[in-house]
Amino acid sequence: MRTTITVNGTARTLDVDPRTTLLDALREHLGLTGSKKGCDHGQCGACTVLVNGVRINSCLSILAMHDGDQVTTIEGLGQPGALHPVQQAFLERDALQCGYCTPGQICSTVGMLQEAADGWASKETADLSAPTALTDAEIRERMSGNICRCSAYPQILAAIRDLAGEVA
Amino acid sequence: MTSVRDWAEPNPVTENRGGVIGKGVDRYEGALKVTGTAPYAYDTVAPSPPAIGVLVTATIPRGRVTSVDTAAAEAAPGVQLVWTHLNVPAQAPRGTRANPRSQRASNPALGSDRVEYYGQSVAFVVADTFENARAAAELVKVAYAAEPAVVDFMASFDQATLPPDEEDVHIGDFHGAFAAAPVTIDETYFSPIQNHVQMEPCATIAWWEGDKVTVHTSIQMVKGGQHALAETLAIPSSDVHLLTRYIGGGFGGKGQPYDDLILSALAARALKRPVKVAYTRQQMFHGTIHRPAVDMRVRLGAEPNGRLTAFAVEATTHCARAATFTEHAANFSRNLYAAPNRLTGHRLVRMDLPHAGPMRAPGEAPGMLSLECAMDELAEKLGLDPIELRIRNEPDIDPETGKPFSIRQLVRCMTEGAQRFGWERRNPVPGQVRDGRWMVGMGMAAAIRGNFLLPAKAGVRIDAGGIITLRQGMTDIGTGTYTILAQITAETLGVPLGHVRVEIGDSDFPPAPGSGGQFGAATAGSAAFEAGMNLRRALTELAVGDPNSPLYGGPAEYVTFENGVIAIENRSETLAALVGRAAPDGIYVEGSISPAADARDYSQHTYGAHFAEVGVNQVTGEVRLRKMFGVFAAGRILNAKTAKSQITGGMIWGVGTALTEVNAVDPRFGSFVNQDMAEYLAPVHADIVDLDAMFLDEADDKANPMGIKGVGELGIAGAGAAIANAIYNATGVRLRDYPMTPDKVLAGLMAKGL
Ligand code: FES
Ligand code: FES
Repeated sequence: MRTTITVNGTARTLDVDPRTTLLDALREHLGLTGSKKGCDHGQCGACTVLVNGVRINSCLSILAMHDGDQVTTIEGLGQPGALHPVQQAFLERDALQCGYCTPGQICSTVGMLQEAADGWASKETADLSAPTALTDAEIRERMSGNICRCSAYPQILAAIRDLAGEVA
Repeated sequence: MTSVRDWAEPNPVTENRGGVIGKGVDRYEGALKVTGTAPYAYDTVAPSPPAIGVLVTATIPRGRVTSVDTAAAEAAPGVQLVWTHLNVPAQAPRGTRANPRSQRASNPALGSDRVEYYGQSVAFVVADTFENARAAAELVKVAYAAEPAVVDFMASFDQATLPPDEEDVHIGDFHGAFAAAPVTIDETYFSPIQNHVQMEPCATIAWWEGDKVTVHTSIQMVKGGQHALAETLAIPSSDVHLLTRYIGGGFGGKGQPYDDLILSALAARALKRPVKVAYTRQQMFHGTIHRPAVDMRVRLGAEPNGRLTAFAVEATTHCARAATFTEHAANFSRNLYAAPNRLTGHRLVRMDLPHAGPMRAPGEAPGMLSLECAMDELAEKLGLDPIELRIRNEPDIDPETGKPFSIRQLVRCMTEGAQRFGWERRNPVPGQVRDGRWMVGMGMAAAIRGNFLLPAKAGVRIDAGGIITLRQGMTDIGTGTYTILAQITAETLGVPLGHVRVEIGDSDFPPAPGSGGQFGAATAGSAAFEAGMNLRRALTELAVGDPNSPLYGGPAEYVTFENGVIAIENRSETLAALVGRAAPDGIYVEGSISPAADARDYSQHTYGAHFAEVGVNQVTGEVRLRKMFGVFAAGRILNAKTAKSQITGGMIWGVGTALTEVNAVDPRFGSFVNQDMAEYLAPVHADIVDLDAMFLDEADDKANPMGIKGVGELGIAGAGAAIANAIYNATGVRLRDYPMTPDKVLAGLMAKGL
C-alpha cells in the first residue's frame, strides 16, 4: 500500500504492509528510531510525534491514514550540536534519566506549548475565555500522557517552566 | 589486601582541585538522548536487514504443553521459522555451567513441555516483518494439560518455610520483653506485587559472523548476559560479544537475561541473518520478574519514655518454585533502631506465579512500609513526635552486629528535613486540618539502604591528542554512569571534562558488575579512579624519564596534573604535547578495585528522611500528594544534578507504592489482571506535586577511595510510609494495606463515620 508522508521536511513514499503503524513505519522503514515503543497501545507516550503540528501517539495510528500529512519526529527538531530549545532545556534541567521516554516527552512538549498558545483548554483551565497561562498544574496535566518511569517529572516540569516563560 | 585506612589518604577526587566532582554537569550522553540518536538495543542497525521474532506465551500457570499446531503459522506470509519445545535447537540444560567461572548458568528458552507460569514462552515465530510475525504468532495453537497451581499468596501462608540457608535472628529475649513492655504495637502490613514497568521493553538484536555472535541487548549486567548466552548455547564466552550501551530503564528487572537474548541468537544462527526480538508490554509483566508481595508483622515494645525494649519484624513473601528469590523485607530493620531484645526473619512461599526478583531497593522498599508506619503508630500511642521517638532510639553502634557505623547522619536528615519542610505546621492530632473537601495531613519516615562495593576493573587510554577514553563493561540504566565516570576520570587526571570520552556496555571491555543494588557508582567509579591513578603514574614516569620533557629528571612525587597540563612547579607541558611526542601510539592502563579486608568491620548504609503532605478527598477517598521533601546522606555526591534526579525518581516510586501500584493476580490463570501501562498505575506528571530533595554534606572514607555511596535506591526506601503516615494524620484512618487506593480510604472514612 503506497503512502506519501512528509517527514521532517522531506517527502517519503512508502509501500508497506497496510497493518504498519506510523511508529513502525518511522522506525523500521525510514530508520528514524528516535521515536520509541514503550507499550504499542497508546498508553505511555514514548512514541509521540507531531502530525501537522499536533502531537499524537504514533503507535496508535496506521501509516495509511497519514497520506499527505506532515510528520515531525524528534530527529526533525534538532541534532546534537544544534539542539531545539526544548531539547536544550531538557538537557540543562536533567529532565531525563534512561532517556527512553525523552523523545516522546520533547515532541509532546512542543505540541503542548503550541496548544496552550492556541488557547486550548485542559482540565486545569479555570477560565476558558482567558488566554492560557501555563501554570505548574496546567503543565503537569497537559503532560500526563507521557509516562516517565524514571520519574523525571520535577525536572521535566522545570524544563517546561523555563520554556513556558519564554513562550508566554 | 587494601584496608579502609588506605582510602582515608587524600587523593585527586577527594581534593577535587578541578572542582569537577560534585558539579551538576549535564548528562554525558544527554545530547544523544534528547535528539533520539542514542541507539537502544532494538534501534541498533545490523549489518543486513533483520528478521523479526515474536514470542507466543503460555495461558496456564502450571502444567504441560500437550500439543502444538504450527501448520497455519508456518504457512503464513513471510514466516521463516516457528519453534516450540519440539524443534528448538539444542541448548544446555537449565542451571548448568560448562565454565565454573561463568557468572550465570544456562537459561534455555522453550526448553521443555513444562509450563511453570502464565506468560512463559511456549513458541517463537520469526518472519520478514513485524506485522507478519505478529499475525503468524496468533496462528500457533497450543493445547495444555493444566495442573493444580498455587497462585493465591494470602491463602498459602501454611506453606511458608524458612528461605534456604537462612535462620531467624534472635537477640536477647524478644518474647519476654514484648510481654513485659508497658506500651506495645502489634500490627501487620501488606505490600502487594509490583512491576518495574521499565519504559523500554526487553529487546535484543543478534547476528553471527562465523562462530561468533554479536548481541545488542537491554541488560543491566554485561558479564551476566554474556555468560548466560554462552552457557545456554554451549559456546565459549569469547564467542559472545554483548553490547548494551543505552538501556531504557532497568530498576533490577533487567539484571538477568530473558528469552529475547537466547532466541534471537539461536534464530540468527539458524537463519543466517540478523534477528531481533522485543517483548510486548504485556509480555514484560509476566515474562520478566516482579517484586513479590510481602506480609509483614511488626511488634514493638517500648517504655513510656519511648525507648524500645522489644523489636520484631517478620516478613512472609513468595517466589516461583523454579527460581528461588527472597524479598528480604526485614533485613533493613536490623540496623535501624536500638532495642535490646530483637527478632527478625523471613518466610517464603513457593508459588506458580511468574518469577519474583529484585526491584529497586529489594528488601527496603516494601520492608520500610511496615516498620516506618509502626513507629508512627507507636509515637502516637506514646504522645511523642515521630521524629523524637526515632531520636530516642538512635543507636550508637549497629544494634544487631555491635559494629561501629562508618558514618550515620540519620538524625541530621530528620531534623534538617523537619525544618525545611515545615514539620512544625503538623497538627499531631489527626483529622484536624481541612482545605474544602480535602482533609490535609503530614507524615514522615526514615530511610536506610545498605552500601556495597564489589570487585571491578576499568581501562583508560590517553591518545596523542591528549584525549582520554575510559572503557568499562559497565552499564548506564539512566543512573548517570556515563557522566560520573567522565567526572571521576577528568578529576583524577586533572583534565577538562571535554577531554574525556566514556565507552561502556561492551563485554570486550574490562568487567564491572553492572547496575544494581545501588553499588554501581561506587564500584565502577572506584575502578575508574584506580585506572586513572595508574595512568597518572604512567604519565609521570613518561615525563620525568623523557629528556625532551621540561619535567625531565624531576622528582616524581612533585608532579601535578591540572587543566590538561602536567607540571613540576613552573616546569610544565600539556598532556597532549607529552603523549604526542613521547608515546605517539597512546598509553593504555587498567585499574581495579576490590572490597577492603576490613570494610565489613563497619556498619555501612545510606540514610534519609522523607516528609510528605497529602490531601484526602472526603467524598471520593482520593489521596493527592501536596508536597514532599527528602533529606539524604549518601557519601560524597559526584554530580549534584544526576544524583538529585536519581533520588527524586526513587521518592516518586514511593508515591506510586503508597497510592497506586499493584499487580492483582487473577486466581483462575495465575496471571496479572492489569498487564499494561493503562492499568498498572505508575505515577504520571499530574500525580507529582512540589517534590524536592537535598543531600547533606558527607564523605564516607570507609566506603571506597572516593568516599562516595549509592543513591539509586535510597530514595524509595521509606518514601511510601511517609505518605501512609500523612494519610493517617489527615484522616485518623490507619491503613496498612498498600496501595492506599480510594476504595480502601473510603471504607476507612465510612467506618469512622466521616
Ligand atoms: S508506544 Fe505509543 S503510547 Fe506507548
Ligand atoms: S527517562 Fe527513563 S522513562 Fe523517562
